[in-house]
Amino acid sequence: MQHLEVSDVRAKYGTLEVLKGISFSIKKGEIASLVGPSGSGKSTVLRALMGLTPITDGTVMIGNERMNYSSAKEVRAARDRMAIVFQQYNLFQNMTVMQNLTLAPLKIKKWGKADVIAEARRLLELVGLSDRANAYPDQLSGGQQQRVALARALALKPQILLLDEVTSALDPELVNEVLDAVRKLANEGMTMIIVSHEMAFVREVADQVIFMDEGHIIEAGKPADIFDNSQTDRARDFFSKILRH
Amino acid sequence: MNYGFQFGVVWDNIPELLEGAWLTLQLGCFAFAGGSLIGLLFATIKTYGAWPLRFLVDCYVIFITNTPALIQIYFLYFGLPEVGIRWSNEACLLIGLTMNAGAYLTLILRAGFLSVRVTEIEASQTLGMSLIQQVRYIILPHIAKSIYPALANFFIVVLVMGTSVGALIGVDELTGQAINLSTVNYRWLEYFTVVAGMYVVLTFIASIGLALLGRWAFRVKARIF
Amino acid sequence: MERILEQIPRFFSGPNMTLLLEAAGLTLAMTLTGCLIGFGLAFVLVYLRQTPGMWALPLRWICITYVEVFRRIPFIVVIYLVLFFIQAVTPDASLFTIAVIAICLYAVAYTADIIRGGIESVPITQVEAAQSMNLSRLQTNIRIILPQAWPVIAPPAIAFAVSFIKDTALVSQVGVFELTFRGKELNNQGYSGLLVFGTIALCYFLLSFPLSILGQYLEKRLATPRGERRSRKIRHP
Repeated sequence: MQHLEVSDVRAKYGTLEVLKGISFSIKKGEIASLVGPSGSGKSTVLRALMGLTPITDGTVMIGNERMNYSSAKEVRAARDRMAIVFQQYNLFQNMTVMQNLTLAPLKIKKWGKADVIAEARRLLELVGLSDRANAYPDQLSGGQQQRVALARALALKPQILLLDEVTSALDPELVNEVLDAVRKLANEGMTMIIVSHEMAFVREVADQVIFMDEGHIIEAGKPADIFDNSQTDRARDFFSKILRH
Repeated sequence: MNYGFQFGVVWDNIPELLEGAWLTLQLGCFAFAGGSLIGLLFATIKTYGAWPLRFLVDCYVIFITNTPALIQIYFLYFGLPEVGIRWSNEACLLIGLTMNAGAYLTLILRAGFLSVRVTEIEASQTLGMSLIQQVRYIILPHIAKSIYPALANFFIVVLVMGTSVGALIGVDELTGQAINLSTVNYRWLEYFTVVAGMYVVLTFIASIGLALLGRWAFRVKARIF
Repeated sequence: MERILEQIPRFFSGPNMTLLLEAAGLTLAMTLTGCLIGFGLAFVLVYLRQTPGMWALPLRWICITYVEVFRRIPFIVVIYLVLFFIQAVTPDASLFTIAVIAICLYAVAYTADIIRGGIESVPITQVEAAQSMNLSRLQTNIRIILPQAWPVIAPPAIAFAVSFIKDTALVSQVGVFELTFRGKELNNQGYSGLLVFGTIALCYFLLSFPLSILGQYLEKRLATPRGERRSRKIRHP
């Protein structure tokens, strides 16, 4: 049984159709990576899964549960099973790191306070920020904020983690600390969908690479197959340009 | 609620109300125009003047903007006859409003003055432009675009809030007419509801007019520079 | 001029000054009550205005219409409308209540726009992050949006309230014993208009100017980033 199965999904941004029939599936513990040029719809796939961009057609299955994004209640069910980390970290500026981590577990999932705090501390240690628990986001660097965002997503114990270009907004020297944290998660067996430009990293951690362009999936397969031996012209063109560095 | 609405009476008095609206418009325009001249003069003084002049302007602006327009107008209306000046009600309102608007417009125009870069002023000075020329050819066109929204908005304020105060000293602008007619027919709610509607319409027309003017004026200026 | 000079001792007598002091207090009380209640109601209005869904369209329109209309009507007209409407319903409503209601209605319309501006200044990404975590609209507004919108809302809101002190002068028309009313009373008693209204102007000035300076100070304080401001007050979860 697939952990996540997406079939023929279409999505619109206003009047523009951004996803034109996307189908892919991921097994439990697998890491899929969406790559492709800007505007190809990679981030939209993640946003659509989280219900931030409306899905106009197609089906999404998590396990053997069908996710129905048409009602608010159904969207909440989808958001319950997945968590997303944004390119711009999106930490709540008016709260400390600790408060950011504990808000949703306490107020939405309504878990016990002691457990939530203990888990938050564990996650902070995982991402290497135990000493900044009481800092405000504007006191942290970009890389630190992104690691907090990662911890915040994990605090909700999602089944699937969505990472939307989490290093694209960072200065180069801060990228590695975030990638290290993601690597740790990969080793722990979290099911993830990663949208990224960091090809070396994708090659290292991804089990499946999905190449997208203009709202379609052009090619999908193992990293080695896709990067070195792409079947389609467009994919070959893209990777030859990207991987030259 | 035993109050039978009778809007028919209001309908018969539309001509008077329209006269009131016309007076409101005239008063608003003149007060704003006069206030703009004061504002321009004072903003120039605040930017370029010697400190005694600047101090006086500051006193004026701070005092006017911290006291009600109504009191300023009452001061003229009740106070001037004592020193022998007998102005009409309309004149008191107009002068009072103009002086009031002048203070606020000083602030708006001064903000505009401050947004002009020093280098442009220095350049115009080296070209030998007099102060008036500088203001007219360099500063005003430059700031026209950025302060236009604030000016347009303030015009609406003068038109609606400013002129209506005249009703309290017997000026027959729109609110004044409403009071006059209501005291005769006792249909206060009907008259005032209709008058409220007329103010809304008046301000919408004014807003649209100002927006069009802004677009036209900008296009002309853009072509020159 | 001599007339004024001879009136001064009588004018600045104890009873007169007490009346003026009470009137000043009433002016402040009206402004404060009206603006606070109006401000609170404005939050509700803005919240309702943002209810999503097609069924809420009439509700949204009502909210928008209210603000647009009441911002374009002179305060004196609002006062008269409230006066006669209330008196048609409850003939013995106190004039103070009527004045406060009029101030309320007016303040709601003006502060609603200020509040909306503040809320829209919070980046939508904050809202998306909250939505992704399944925070409800109410929770998102209270815990995330409002705390961040507050520094943008507070200065203009306070400035509005302070400037409203001047607008309460119009309430004198319905007979509330505030400053302007007392002024007209004293003028009717024969005191010089220049003296009376000059003094009343001074009273308003003494109420308005210090408060507006306070407002400007508050504005500067709220402009500092949250981290620096709060580093001394750490709240634990």
